[in-house]
Amino acid sequence: MSIATPTQNPQSYLAAQERWRPVEIVFWLAALLPFVLFPDYLTLASQIAITGLFALSLDLILGYAGIVSLGHAAFFGIGAYTAGVLTKYGWGEPITGLLISAAVAALAGYLSSLVIARFRHLALIMITLGLGLLLHEIANSAHWLTGGSDGLQGMQVWPLLGMFKFDLYGYTAYTYSLIVLLIVFVMARRLIHSPFGLALRGIRENWTRMPAIGANRQAHIRKIYTIAAAMAGVAGALLAQTVGTVSLEAISFGRSADVLVMLVLGGAGRLYGGIVGAMIFMIARDQFSGIAPQYWYFWIGLLLIAVVMLLPNGVLGGLSALINRWRSRS
Amino acid sequence: MIAPIAGVLFDGIAYGMLLFLLSVGLSVTLGLMNFVNLAHCAFAMLGGYVTVTLMNSYGWPFFATLPVAFVAAGAASVVLERTLYRRLYRASDLDQVLLTIGIVFVSVAVAAYLYGTTVQPISVPDYLRGSISVLGVNLARYRLFLVLVAAVITVVLIYGVEHTRFGAQVRAAVDNQRMARGLGINVDWTFAVAFALGSGLAGLGGALAIEIVGLDPYFGFTYLIFVLIVVSVGGLGSIGGSLAAAILIGIADITGKYYLPDLGAFLIYLVMVGVLMWRPTGLFGRR
Amino acid sequence: MRGSHILSAGAALLLATATAQAADTIKIGLIMPYSGIFADTSTQMDGGVKLYLQQHGDTVAGKKIEIIRRDAGGVAPDVAKRLAQELVVRDKVDILAGFVLTPNAMAASDVSAQASKPLVIMNAATSIITTKSPYSVRVSMTLPQVVTPLGEWAAKQGIKNVFTMVSDYGPGIDAEQAFQKAFKAANGEVLGSVRMPVNNPDFSPYVQKAKDSNAQSVFVFIPAGTQPAAIMKAFVDRGMTPDKVKILASGELTDDSALKNLDNSAVGVITAYHYDHSHKSALNETFVKDYRAANKGENPNLLAVGGYDGMHLIYEVIKKTGGKVDGASFIAAAKGMSWESPRGTIAIDPETRDIIQTMYIRRLESVNGKLQNVEFDKAERVKDPVKAAMSK
Repeated sequence: MSIATPTQNPQSYLAAQERWRPVEIVFWLAALLPFVLFPDYLTLASQIAITGLFALSLDLILGYAGIVSLGHAAFFGIGAYTAGVLTKYGWGEPITGLLISAAVAALAGYLSSLVIARFRHLALIMITLGLGLLLHEIANSAHWLTGGSDGLQGMQVWPLLGMFKFDLYGYTAYTYSLIVLLIVFVMARRLIHSPFGLALRGIRENWTRMPAIGANRQAHIRKIYTIAAAMAGVAGALLAQTVGTVSLEAISFGRSADVLVMLVLGGAGRLYGGIVGAMIFMIARDQFSGIAPQYWYFWIGLLLIAVVMLLPNGVLGGLSALINRWRSRS
Repeated sequence: MIAPIAGVLFDGIAYGMLLFLLSVGLSVTLGLMNFVNLAHCAFAMLGGYVTVTLMNSYGWPFFATLPVAFVAAGAASVVLERTLYRRLYRASDLDQVLLTIGIVFVSVAVAAYLYGTTVQPISVPDYLRGSISVLGVNLARYRLFLVLVAAVITVVLIYGVEHTRFGAQVRAAVDNQRMARGLGINVDWTFAVAFALGSGLAGLGGALAIEIVGLDPYFGFTYLIFVLIVVSVGGLGSIGGSLAAAILIGIADITGKYYLPDLGAFLIYLVMVGVLMWRPTGLFGRR
Repeated sequence: MRGSHILSAGAALLLATATAQAADTIKIGLIMPYSGIFADTSTQMDGGVKLYLQQHGDTVAGKKIEIIRRDAGGVAPDVAKRLAQELVVRDKVDILAGFVLTPNAMAASDVSAQASKPLVIMNAATSIITTKSPYSVRVSMTLPQVVTPLGEWAAKQGIKNVFTMVSDYGPGIDAEQAFQKAFKAANGEVLGSVRMPVNNPDFSPYVQKAKDSNAQSVFVFIPAGTQPAAIMKAFVDRGMTPDKVKILASGELTDDSALKNLDNSAVGVITAYHYDHSHKSALNETFVKDYRAANKGENPNLLAVGGYDGMHLIYEVIKKTGGKVDGASFIAAAKGMSWESPRGTIAIDPETRDIIQTMYIRRLESVNGKLQNVEFDKAERVKDPVKAAMSK
């Protein structure tokens, strides 16, 4: 493993960063385990992959560009409704549906980035929250399009590649979600380790200095916001296609808040933070609510508190700090 | 023609007062201490449950429960501040979010466990029910009472922060912690007290809110958005700002729903986004 | 991961033993929002389910009944569908039941249709749900079923005009349209209407609007929970008491939890509903007494009776089929079934698999110093008007 030294030039620094580490390969191989070990948890695994993808998209703007958003579900919801409406009106092919949803969400992301890029701090958080809530209300009143609070009905999703139907066990759903997650992840990983990714981190670390060294701060933010929105749209579309319906919950404040909590739990600013956070949160929730359907909030609350106290900067952040401390001691 | 407008305006102001009571404490902790306390409404909920318990199980009169709601919420917040919050004063905002959301999760479960999931009943004294007519304008008594309470609290707070020794210590501690310590101010203690006062006010707000909006274990989440809106529109750390924002949001919400019912649900969000785009630090924000 | 590993290993073990006794056990998967803002609905519904088991034992026709509870956590069709899938493939349940919220019931209906499992809807009230799976059956109600008789009744009483106020979401819009349709058909006039946001803390502007319309009556639909008491207080604060303006509503408005927050100024509110704990019948008296004893003195509401009747339907079907609970046999046995419920006589419509029941028109009165919905008129054997219109 290489650690950047001051003498290294930026190209070789980025190249070193971009090299796949063994632990990552193990991680992705482990993602195949549910097929063998927990074949009756595949639907959950698929929803974790989808939520992980959503959290990854939030990580791009929050962890790497420092934009805290409480309205990220807007793009998730736009993607979900786009995919849903497409299948309802006759186009049930999943993969093109995914791409179209990504494009629509990207467009929405670009438009809102024109506003977002001008603000910071609390104003930024609250404007993302406000835009998200407005969109939620619009989806509620556009009953003719979205089905309002009853949810979108009448979706007909065609079999994947014309061959694989979405089955009760979730084989198709998990395979599909996992492959999409991996593809998007690889793209996000390249993006982060590109000069553009480095510039984003520069903006996060020093908002005022970046323009001084010639980086177009607002343009960078617009760009990453649009990309993140497209990714969130993909996640939403995946959920719509694998579940076969969309409800207002897909676009709600609750979903924005949950994904933020998951990302922070896993560790913001780390590529795997969102995925790990989604895994921990959703598995914990599934297990706790199976044991105590009414009171699982208590246990998940304790989990969050414990993580903050014991592992600051999320599970991954805390763990890597522990490992570093252990290494420097030995 | 005047009467309905005045009536709607009054309702808006009264609703704004409710929001003000619920949110002013958060404005203090967020603005002065820079701590993202999303569990603020959980303290409000605690105040509500204290009032309900004392009234229904011990037969206390409504008014007697209010100070207890204030003290209980304040005391609970001190315990949390000493055990959990203080360790995160220097941590990132995101860690603070995670901690306080965790606390809200726990509060939801504890309230559901202790009180069940039903809406809690409350009956305020008869003389606070119904309405009186002033110059043809119908004023609900309870709302009149809310306006009164909020006015008193605003005056006390502003006086407390601007003109007392303690207020000066808080401001000093916020502006420059090290210097304040150097001058012999007990910064830890100052923050703890300021935090307790803010949470106590939330407890009081929670107790007063039951009559209008009801109380269930989910209170800590339900009102979080409204409180954040008031705080951000008002400007962090500004008591007057919170008051102005709460009145603005209250009036916008109520008059909007009255005159433009189709836009009813959108209006407060539009107002918030509009204000923040115009003044990103809020109406009375300093930075 | 490790926790779920142990659990799934345990589940596999259980499954091995379960297959040995599979013939003797019938598993019911209950999906409800046990947590979140709708948690109280589940407390009631599950209370009804538990009470039925307590009164009738957990064995029927030689089969042991086993209940598995899952939390959907609010409006979340993705979670509800996943839970339904998991209940079917992992826990091997025979029957899916529960469902407070429409989107969740619809999503689980897909699973019911795909896996041919019976689905018993104990609350979710949007009309079209039962059309989504041929194996679903409903024992609760639909809103048009409740408010259509109310609209007809109001017009018959000589009420000339109305102002309608509903929550702005599916059930509210259903209620608004059904009421207005019935009321207009009987020559009533609608002077105005508002749709209020679902998450609405303060009702004063809408009540003021209703007042300014000078209508003889107002019709209200809002979901049970914190809101009924809030809107009733807003009416009273503005002097819109039932002695001046007729307040007509679906029964959520005068639900027990709302009544605890109200005083005599609310006397005279007219509601239509299929159940109230004060309904006079021997069966209901036992039901209410036992429910109270098991639930810290809380009165049962429509959700409790929905859970109770849902279990009754399941028990009766098992008796009738001798334990065959695949989708087709279950539904064939359930169709046309009729029984005495705490709410009166109810039946399952053989054509739509939806419920047929009596709608009671009630007046809020003070009985021995307590507010109570007193039944004084009724419409018998009411079917869901929406599906009745569709089949015409």
